[in-house]
Amino acid sequence: MALVDRLGKALTSAPLLLTSVDALADWSRGQSLWAMPMGTACCAMELIAASFSKFDFDRLGTFPRPDPRHTDVMIVAGTITRKMAPAVKRLYEQMPDPKYVVAMGNCAVSGGIFFYDTYSVVRGVDEFLPVDVYIAGCPPRPESLQDGVLRLRELVHTRSIAEGRSYDRELLLPRPGDERAGTTDTAARRSIPVVPTEDGDA
Amino acid sequence: MNIEELREHLCERYPLLCPLFSTEYGDGVLTVDFDIVHDAAADLKTLGFDRLGMVTAVDRGEFFEMVYRLTSREIRAGLFLKCALPRSAPKVASMFDLWPAADWQEREVFDMFGIEFEGHPDLRRILMPDDWDGYPLRKDYKDDRVVKRPDYI
Repeated sequence: MALVDRLGKALTSAPLLLTSVDALADWSRGQSLWAMPMGTACCAMELIAASFSKFDFDRLGTFPRPDPRHTDVMIVAGTITRKMAPAVKRLYEQMPDPKYVVAMGNCAVSGGIFFYDTYSVVRGVDEFLPVDVYIAGCPPRPESLQDGVLRLRELVHTRSIAEGRSYDRELLLPRPGDERAGTTDTAARRSIPVVPTEDGDA
Repeated sequence: MNIEELREHLCERYPLLCPLFSTEYGDGVLTVDFDIVHDAAADLKTLGFDRLGMVTAVDRGEFFEMVYRLTSREIRAGLFLKCALPRSAPKVASMFDLWPAADWQEREVFDMFGIEFEGHPDLRRILMPDDWDGYPLRKDYKDDRVVKRPDYI
């Protein structure tokens, strides 16, 4: 980011070079998203399984690193209670920018089975964290998690870290709050958002 | 030792406790007043009930019911010790001095029901955040953030 900013100050008349450096930085950041495994419940079992030999998360450049200061993406896997929420937020704040959040499983997306008649559970981590990717499932398969991280990679590739210089490339990833497309067209299905609806269904 | 043998054992060793003993739920239940529950527990401990397995409470509407599960390795028997607490001022003596295992169990009961344990060394919330308002397992607990389950589910 510092390099890009310095180049931006020095070479404001040469946007071509700046754009290329920016693109390279974005591409390289997306290739190695180290994960902070915020596993609190059964989703953490799938999160662990995704890292091991059968599913081998490492081949996608994602590596579980239980230290917020070394990681790019926090994977919230499991139910977050109101007592746990401040701890999760504190860990998120310790992560260096740019940082991303994956909400894995129904509990992290919307509260899941704890949505109704529960006094102690946070209804989705997006109550207090900016979630980039939602993965539905109770719990999701490791393949779903890996698909979610690949979608996050697309987002990282298209979102420049240099302020005000974001790519104009079309976002393949849906944003939270986008309308559900509901189509069978494969190309369009890639942009079907996985977001909690008003009544909490994931 | 089965329930009848346990009843005989209790009546023989400590006749005052005998009329309070019932086998209503297929298990030995000793129901006493809340102001003598600590004394009764101390007596049961001298009878060989050396393990306090569980401390919990039930909200019966007009009153709270304290439930202690005692077991004995010596006579190989289990027993429920119960007492009713008035809802207006739920307060009972702590069992911490008899069985240190009561420490966290009583903190949990305090956290969920707001029952005070006199003589407890460190009575504060254990599951809920410290600044939580109200006692969640009381039947009259109200929380605006709780979403009611709709009828069609």
